[in-house]
Amino acid sequence: MSASPTLAIAPTASAGLDLARIRAEFPILRQRVHGKPLVYLDNAASAQRPKAVIDAISECYSTYYANIHRGVHLLSERSTAAYEGAREKVRAFLNAASVQEIIFTRNTTESINLVASSFGGSTVKTGDEIVITGMEHHSNIVPWQLLCERTGARLKVAPFTDAGELILDEYERLLDSGRVKLAAFVHLSNALGTLNPVQRMIELAHARGIPTLVDGAQSIPHVAVDVRALDCEFYAFSSHKIYGPSGVGVLYGKQALLEAMPPYQGGGDMIRLVTFEKTEYADLPNKFEAGTPNIAGVIGLGAALDWVNAIGLDAVAAHEHELLDYATAQLQEIPGLKIMGTARDKAALAAFTIQGIHPHDIGTILDREGVAIRAGHHCAQPVMQRYGVPATARASFAVYNTRDEVDALVKALWKVKELFE
Amino acid sequence: MNDLRDLYQEVILDHNKRPRNFRILPQPTHHADGVNPLCGDRISVFLDIEDGIIRDIAFQGAGCAISSASASLMTEALKGKPVAEVEHLFEAFHNVVTTDCECPRGLGKLGVLAGVRDYPSRVKCATLAWHAVRAALERHAEPVATE
Repeated sequence: MSASPTLAIAPTASAGLDLARIRAEFPILRQRVHGKPLVYLDNAASAQRPKAVIDAISECYSTYYANIHRGVHLLSERSTAAYEGAREKVRAFLNAASVQEIIFTRNTTESINLVASSFGGSTVKTGDEIVITGMEHHSNIVPWQLLCERTGARLKVAPFTDAGELILDEYERLLDSGRVKLAAFVHLSNALGTLNPVQRMIELAHARGIPTLVDGAQSIPHVAVDVRALDCEFYAFSSHKIYGPSGVGVLYGKQALLEAMPPYQGGGDMIRLVTFEKTEYADLPNKFEAGTPNIAGVIGLGAALDWVNAIGLDAVAAHEHELLDYATAQLQEIPGLKIMGTARDKAALAAFTIQGIHPHDIGTILDREGVAIRAGHHCAQPVMQRYGVPATARASFAVYNTRDEVDALVKALWKVKELFE
Repeated sequence: MNDLRDLYQEVILDHNKRPRNFRILPQPTHHADGVNPLCGDRISVFLDIEDGIIRDIAFQGAGCAISSASASLMTEALKGKPVAEVEHLFEAFHNVVTTDCECPRGLGKLGVLAGVRDYPSRVKCATLAWHAVRAALERHAEPVATE
């Protein structure tokens, strides 16, 4: 924006980050869409990848790729070392006690399904209850509904306020029934931006002997997670939200629980010995990783975590918070615009509606201005129902976004108003 | 902004703001719901058919400007038409919103939706009401989805 060369760096320097340098590491950001510079604000759906991640995947396929855990040849040994090296990076990132507690899956959804199927299938019985919150993504609703259908258990939903904050007393009341076998809740809501008090939620569940699962799909690129400090039983997240490749997810689980749980899928890599009479399962984590995994994808996730660590998640969070505050103030200036989700503790995204204009129309018009946002129900239809809207528009931020991009969003929204009035 | 005007033509903005036949028919001979699972939009259509002629047609629901205007324009286009013409009109309309074909004269005002062809993600919005009408004529009990 500034014409003065001495000030040129000012809009891109934030929270101590060199944004010009960071942006330069993302090849995809250097393009125009519909003739306008790309402003990518759909990070909550999926973030973009830095060159370090693209290179790590390319290097794997170009120089040392082979199947893991079986070959005696050099490439297999190198692939296995890189794959298991990535597991150690994930362990360190979450501060888990052991690499045996890190299971690679396809995505958060599969991680949650693994727990619902294996842990849920072996411990949940008729009349038992699973507690979730009203702000869950479909991926933390439907697996539990399927489990309830199979077992005759019931799903209990803790409500939230108009501001989008969980009503902790109601959550606690639900835990008190004496029948709850698991509390599963989202860390950062993808539809509202609410950061839930997960530490407290875990403590409340543990006080009643109830294990917990945290859906970390949205929180993982924005909030430092220490699973040992949280003390949750399970933590699930996806690689593609934290600048890694899609098709890779992680399930953290406490070792004792994972050991007691039956396998999720059967096949190669998860066995110790197979005869037609009986099969002995492999030790953790292999027991839960049947079949050839997304080897290069996992290695790419390792590179993404290295990249994030080099910048520092705290600096990333501070920068995103500043962007969110800046965006929130500007969005509120637009007549008829209503922000959905105004929790005190909020991160990284602003969901909104504009009176008389459907979010899909907002999305289409913004796209023509180069601004990519999400319009829809965000796979959180119960949240939409709670507010009585079919959909919202959502701008979500990542480390590479700038104040100039927020300005572009706001300018494009004024165009939406202009076109419709 | 100019190419956006090709999509959001005045007629579309007008029908979005003041949808025609936007009501419930109390005793329709045919009725169906259409759902776009992508965005959660939902539309209900009601028809009164007598001797193979659409005597009355109406719709209700909440959707984007494209789906609302398309539904509104569709009700205007179909009122008074023989049921047998619905399929022909739908085919012609579908061609107009998905291909570079010349807009046939018989489509009348429906042609204003031709701009949708440049926005593939919005084709389903433009055809939702039509899918619902076709389902109503086939007497589908379950809501019909665009996917």
